[in-house]
Amino acid sequence: MTNHWIDIKNTDCALIMGSNAAEHHPICFKWVMKAKEERGATIVHVDPKFSRTSARSDFHVPLRSGTDIAFLGGMIKYILDNNKYFKEYVTEYTNASFIVGPKFSFNNGLFSGFNHQLKTYDKSYWAFDVDANGVPKKDKTLSNPRCVFQLLRKHYSRYDISKVSQITGVSVENLLKVYKAFSETGKPNKAGTVMYALGWTQHTVGVQNIRTSAIIQLLLGNIGVAGGGINALRGEPNVQGSTDHCILYHILPGYLPLPRASLATLADYNKANTPVSKDPMSANWWQNRPKYMASLLKAWFGEAATKENDFGYGWLPRGDVPKGLEKGDYSVMWIFDRMYKGQIKGGSIWATNPAQSVPNTNKVRKALANLDWLYFAEIHGNETTDFWHGPGVDPKKVKTEVFLFPSCHRAEKEGSISNSGRWALWHNKAADPMGDSKPMGQIMIEIVNELIDLYKKNDGVFKEPLVNLNWPDEYDAEDIAKAINGYYTSGPNDGDQVNAFADLADDGSTACLNWLYCGSFTEEGNKMKKRDLSQTPLQAKIGLYPNFSWCWPVNRRVLYNRASVDKNGQPWDPERTVIKWNGEKWEGDVPDGGWPPLATGDKSRSPFIMTKEGYSQLFGPGREEGPFSEHYEPVETPVSYHPFSGQLNNPCAKIMNSDMDKRAVPADPRFPIVLTTYSLTEHWCGGGETRNVPSLLEAEPQLYVEMSKELAAEKGIKNGDPVIVESARGRVEAVAMVTVRMTPFIIQGKKVHEIGMPFAFGWTKPGVGDATNRLCIAAGDPNTTIPEYKACCVNIRKADKVTELS
Amino acid sequence: MNITRRKFMKVTGLGAATLALSNVGFGLGCAGGYSKKLKIKGAKEVISICPFCSVSCHFICHVKGGKVVSTEGDPGYPVSEGALCAKGATMMSMINSHHRVTKPMYRAPYSETWEEKSWGWMISRLAQRIKETRDKNFKVKNEEGQVVNRVDEIFHLGSSQMSNEECAVVHQAMRAMGVVHMDHQARI
Repeated sequence: MTNHWIDIKNTDCALIMGSNAAEHHPICFKWVMKAKEERGATIVHVDPKFSRTSARSDFHVPLRSGTDIAFLGGMIKYILDNNKYFKEYVTEYTNASFIVGPKFSFNNGLFSGFNHQLKTYDKSYWAFDVDANGVPKKDKTLSNPRCVFQLLRKHYSRYDISKVSQITGVSVENLLKVYKAFSETGKPNKAGTVMYALGWTQHTVGVQNIRTSAIIQLLLGNIGVAGGGINALRGEPNVQGSTDHCILYHILPGYLPLPRASLATLADYNKANTPVSKDPMSANWWQNRPKYMASLLKAWFGEAATKENDFGYGWLPRGDVPKGLEKGDYSVMWIFDRMYKGQIKGGSIWATNPAQSVPNTNKVRKALANLDWLYFAEIHGNETTDFWHGPGVDPKKVKTEVFLFPSCHRAEKEGSISNSGRWALWHNKAADPMGDSKPMGQIMIEIVNELIDLYKKNDGVFKEPLVNLNWPDEYDAEDIAKAINGYYTSGPNDGDQVNAFADLADDGSTACLNWLYCGSFTEEGNKMKKRDLSQTPLQAKIGLYPNFSWCWPVNRRVLYNRASVDKNGQPWDPERTVIKWNGEKWEGDVPDGGWPPLATGDKSRSPFIMTKEGYSQLFGPGREEGPFSEHYEPVETPVSYHPFSGQLNNPCAKIMNSDMDKRAVPADPRFPIVLTTYSLTEHWCGGGETRNVPSLLEAEPQLYVEMSKELAAEKGIKNGDPVIVESARGRVEAVAMVTVRMTPFIIQGKKVHEIGMPFAFGWTKPGVGDATNRLCIAAGDPNTTIPEYKACCVNIRKADKVTELS
Repeated sequence: MNITRRKFMKVTGLGAATLALSNVGFGLGCAGGYSKKLKIKGAKEVISICPFCSVSCHFICHVKGGKVVSTEGDPGYPVSEGALCAKGATMMSMINSHHRVTKPMYRAPYSETWEEKSWGWMISRLAQRIKETRDKNFKVKNEEGQVVNRVDEIFHLGSSQMSNEECAVVHQAMRAMGVVHMDHQARI
């Protein structure tokens, strides 16, 4: 979230799209209702299914899964055509005025620089035109035909409302209703928020779905302001924190890129990953990256990390340099693809249930049996821990040696987690771990200590990273939290905690496990434990609680807040002040950099400090499939063409291609129905935990499929009938739920049905049904490789006989 | 735990009902107040956080004799103001569930059953397997002859269920082993 949960109450219009917030983040929804009741905010829900979110909204607009960019592209055109954008904000704070270089072009669905063989782009084609200092040339009148603003207008001019209606299945009337309501927030004293979740990310165009919303929010001046922002309603219990600490192949803690094979030394790494700007107005925050990297290495390798040995940089594994769609990508779908092909031998699966929750689950379940060994840390057994005796599996033929470590409940250990608004919150240990269970941190420490011991006492390959590891004997959450904050390793403050990331150095004099969390645990103590609700009147007005817990970065509660003020540091809307300049200093939230307002000239800095240029990006030249978003159909689609170009699918989509990765062709008559999947209030994701709670299982006991009355009539299915849903990859049994919540769409003149299924039910609880994800396609977004769970093509029929539901 | 499923349901149902009634904000009469008083009388209050969505609602554990005897929403967390959803309301039964894994369990190759093992045996055996696979497959250079110092044959998945401190520990461990096949729920 750029903002935070309570801040939603400050909005004038909430666009909830790709989320069913009322059911999946139930307690946050009171802040949406507060905005509606106290401010008269308009609440809009755009989603294929009518849900309890829709019921609380001013209007629900159903759209076909996978057509969000068409929908939002139409909104961009509406905003530009009707001059609804916030001119001063767009001119001064976005890259609208930048001149794009001559190599950039767009033709029939493809941008310039596309390599048809590798299915990737050469992004140098999208570079800005720069002056002698390398600073982008600008036209602040926004009239140059090669400026971003004009290219943006041209790009989305194709998103004509009737075409948008034809492909999304949303009526023109409904489109206009949303466009009008939301674009009203382009006025300086209005704020609109975007609330999204996995309904946007889980597409082969997931990143560009969000990019499109960013373009809208920047055009309307809604970033940095109270009641605005782009708010990812993060799902998993600590997915914000686990992402910040980067349990991800491609980054090290604090969003530092994984070293790649071409970067032999720390100097090479720093050169490749440290942007340089010669614009004196650009803070170019990532110029500090070498300090964060050196401090991380120092924390990982302690005294063994010296300047002479690059602080142990050479001990880190390096990924291959990415090439094409697969090389250098080590993400979850590739892990299972390589496991299925026998290339992976062993590993760990901790508190996640991929045999239930990874797409094309039949393949995942087969792949696991190719492992020699596998270890788990779990609170409950689930479809993955027990894969070796799952449906159709003969344990006597499964070679895998399995270790299951009992993990304790969160209430049985202490530590911090980060909520969706980036607040680092401390949880205390209430009870002793049940039985012999232990915190996952302790389990990993014991395993690694044993491993270090083995390497110290025996021969072994490349021992250095293990034997030199700065590693504790026992797990102590507060000790680790201190190291996450960072500390001095030499000099006058040796051993003291650092106060902020400005204290970190690249010479080995500081150690820090995650620069973003600098300031969370200083010499003053553990700020994540703070429970002080005190506020200034300015903070009280917008629901800001700076003394409750601690928030990254530097306790800043609203990101990009320097864009909420004009050049003189005065808020666009004084009624909703996030920060303001009082002539001497900033008041309100912690500003995005403490420099004085822009009107002070060279003393100031442009507000978007994380971009190299200091401006937010209407034109985003870093994305894999283009600097502007473009509508592409899901990999499995009920149509064979769309109205915007001849390019049907995302040309860079990452699609698995094993013999088990079968897929429907576009408009495949065998699989004419769109399937989308979703969570439930009463179950958590794959259900591995909540199915063990009797009251929750009683509330939601069995796998069902929601379908319209029209589809049910066509197929001769009655409410409550057992049915079989089939895709090119698998079949799933479910109970039919015939409902007005789903409605057919008219797409390009033809009726297209969409059905929806939860995915919380698995075979380890007999009779509840089994993994819906057996139907889903293993195809991913080119930027993130997040799978396209939200749209694939299936068929449905009444079942003669069922085995999974009885 | 020697509690039948039926009894367990009754306890859970009662717990949920008490919690719901205590949160409606108007007088419940003597009976409700009395039963609540009995249950948590003398209990220590400890604040924890719901392990589901990232609203991160806080809850108060009432602890007696090292055991959680009741849970309820924490009104001091300004986001939730004491509220809990259907999942959060069942926190006590989740913590005290007899379905939990409480012992280290081992499944030998081609075996049809789990067997209970000691922590020491499990850790020792596992570390040997990791070392064996790492030593056998460690890749110093890739096909292009560039130094990569990694092991492609070992992977790690998970988890957003971990606290920040646990994530820090797990990430450090994986890179030290040479793992690049590492991912978790943020990508799914």
